[in-house]
Amino acid sequence: MDLWSFVAERREQIAFQAFQHVSLVVQSVLLATVLGVALGVVSHRRAWARGLASTISSIGLTLPALAVIAVVYGATGQGVTAAVAAVTLYALLVVWRNAVVGLAGVDGQLLEAARGLGMSSTRRLLRVQLPLAWPVILSGVRVSTQMVMGIAAIAAYVTGPGLGGLIFTGLTRLGGAGALESALTGTVLVVVLALVLDLLLVLLGRATTPRGIRA
Amino acid sequence: MPDHQTASAGLLGGHRPDGVSGAAIDLVGVTKSYPGQGAAAVDRISLQIPAGEIVMLVGPSGCGKTTTLKMINRLIEPTSGTITIDGRDVLSLDGDELRRQIGYVIQAGGLFPHMTVATNVGIVPGMLGWDKKRTAERTEQLLELVGLDPARYRDRYPGELSGGQQQRVGVARALAADPPVLLMDEPFGAVDPITRQRLQDELLRIQDELHKTIVCVTHDFDEAVKLGDRIVVLGEGARVVQYDTPAEVLAHPADSFVGDFVGSGAALKALTLTRVGDLDGLQRTTTARVGEAVADVVARAHAVGDAAAVVLDGRGRPQRWPWLRQLQAEGDVVLDRDEDMPVLDLRATLNDALDSMLGSSYGGVVVTGRREAYEGVLFLQTAIDAVASTRRGHADGPTPVAGNDEDAARALAGGGAS
Repeated sequence: MDLWSFVAERREQIAFQAFQHVSLVVQSVLLATVLGVALGVVSHRRAWARGLASTISSIGLTLPALAVIAVVYGATGQGVTAAVAAVTLYALLVVWRNAVVGLAGVDGQLLEAARGLGMSSTRRLLRVQLPLAWPVILSGVRVSTQMVMGIAAIAAYVTGPGLGGLIFTGLTRLGGAGALESALTGTVLVVVLALVLDLLLVLLGRATTPRGIRA
Repeated sequence: MPDHQTASAGLLGGHRPDGVSGAAIDLVGVTKSYPGQGAAAVDRISLQIPAGEIVMLVGPSGCGKTTTLKMINRLIEPTSGTITIDGRDVLSLDGDELRRQIGYVIQAGGLFPHMTVATNVGIVPGMLGWDKKRTAERTEQLLELVGLDPARYRDRYPGELSGGQQQRVGVARALAADPPVLLMDEPFGAVDPITRQRLQDELLRIQDELHKTIVCVTHDFDEAVKLGDRIVVLGEGARVVQYDTPAEVLAHPADSFVGDFVGSGAALKALTLTRVGDLDGLQRTTTARVGEAVADVVARAHAVGDAAAVVLDGRGRPQRWPWLRQLQAEGDVVLDRDEDMPVLDLRATLNDALDSMLGSSYGGVVVTGRREAYEGVLFLQTAIDAVASTRRGHADGPTPVAGNDEDAARALAGGGAS
C-alpha cells in the first residue's frame, strides 16, 4: 500500500484528526496568551517576580511532555483534559516569559511621559505598554504555537484528539500493513499545519503591529 | 484661538483679561525625602512663580531641580509642604486629572512610537472627552504653531521625524488642552546645538503668543539665561541660592557657587540677553519674488543703493541672498534655495546673530519672523553697536519670594495666593 492511497482511503478521518489537532492547539494557545499576558502584567514590574517567571518558565520547559500528560491524566482520568492542560501549560510558559520581557522592555521614559500626560495606570497599560510589548508577545505566541503542535501530538498517547493518533497507531504497529504510512502522514501533516499556522501568525502580526514600530 | 472654554472650565484657571493664559504657582515649604536617605532631596523649598513667566531651574546634577519640577504635577508626591496653582491646592486634586491640566515636556519629546503625530497630540484632548472634529482641529492648529505643516506631518510616526521635529511634536502634545502651566524637563538636551537654538527661539515665539507659565529644568546655564524671565539657581537639597532675572544673576552672582555656575565670560553671556528683534538696526533691503523679472529687481535695488537682494518664495520666506550681478545672469528670478544662507528668528539672541555672521561669508544675517516670513537683514556693524548698548533683563517688577526657611514660607503663605 503506498502513501497516496493510504491518505486517499482515509481522507475524511485524516481531515477530521487534522482539524481536531489544529483546534486543540489554537484554543490552547489562545487561552495561554490570555493567561500569559495577564501573568506578565502582574509580574513584570518587580525584579524578583521577573526572575520567578523566567525560572518557572525554564524549569517547566525542561519537563518531559509525556510525564506532564501522564500526571494530569492520572489525576483526572480525562484524556482530553490532560491534553488541553499540557498543551496550554507549555504555551503559557513561553508566552508568559515573552510578555514579561516585552512589558519590562518598554522605555521607562515613555511610561513617565504617559503618566505626565495624566494617563491612568490602566490606560498606560492598554494604550502604551501592551501595544509596544505586542511584537515581543506575538513572537512568543509564534514560538509556542510551533512547540505545542508537537506536544499536542504526544498528548494523543493518552487518548487526546488529533494527528498524534495517526503517529502512535503507526508506531505501535510498525511492520504491519499501512503502519509506516500512518506515522508518516501524521508527522508530515503536523509539520505542514505548523507552517501554515506560523504564516497566519505572521500575517496577524502585520495586521496588528502599528507601522511606527514595525521592524 | 485656543479653546478658552476648556481652560476656564479646567481645574487650574488661566486666561486672564490681560492676555496672560498662565497661572501663578506657589511652592510653600515643600520637602521630598526618601526613606533610608539622610538628607532630603528637596528641603523645605518655597518658591513663587509669577503667572505668564518662564522660570528656569538650574543647578548641578542631583541638586533636586527635577524633583522640584515633578512635584508640581505630582509625578513625585511631596513629603510635606503645599503647592498651589492659581490658588488651588494641587495636593487636594486627583493626580491624573491634575496632570491633564498641566503640560509636560521631557527630553527627546517622549513621543509614543506606535502612534502617529496626530494621535500623540490628541491624547489629552481624547482623555478630556473632546469630540474627534475638535481634537483634529486643535491638532492642526498646534502643528502650525510649532512650525510643522499638518498635511505633511499629521500621519507620520515619530520614528520618521528628526530629533528636533519630535521635540516640536512633544511641545504641541503638551499644549494640546491649552494648559495654563507647562513643565519642561531638560527639553532640548537631546538635540544638536543648531537645532537646540532653533527650538529655543521657537519656544520664545510661542510664549510670546500664549503667555503660559513655564517652569523649565536645565543644567545648561546659557539656556537658562536665554529662555528665562527669571532664573532659580539651586544648590544641594534644592536650596535656593539665587532667584533673579538673568541680567542680575550674570551681573551680581549671589555667591561664589553661582559665580562658578555662571562660569567665565559673563559679559559674553550677557549677549544672550538681547534679542535680534529688540535691535533698532534691522534693515529692509531690496527683495525679489520668485518669477519676477530680474531687470525690475535691479532697478529697485539701484534706486536705494543695494548691491544684493533677498529672494523670497511664494509665502514670503527668504530663500537666498544673491549679489545683483549674480542675479543678472538670470532672466526671471528663480528659487534655487541656498542652504548656507544665514537665517535667524527675531527671537534669536545677539550671541546667536554674531555667531552666525562670523561663521558665514555674508557679513550679515537674514532675519525672519512669524511663519519664517522675511523681516529684514542684520549687518555685523549693527550687531557690534548693540553690544555696547545697555543690557536689559526680561522681567520687571519686584523679585518674587523664594527660599528654604520659615520666613520665605510665611511670606508666601501670608501674602501669596492662598
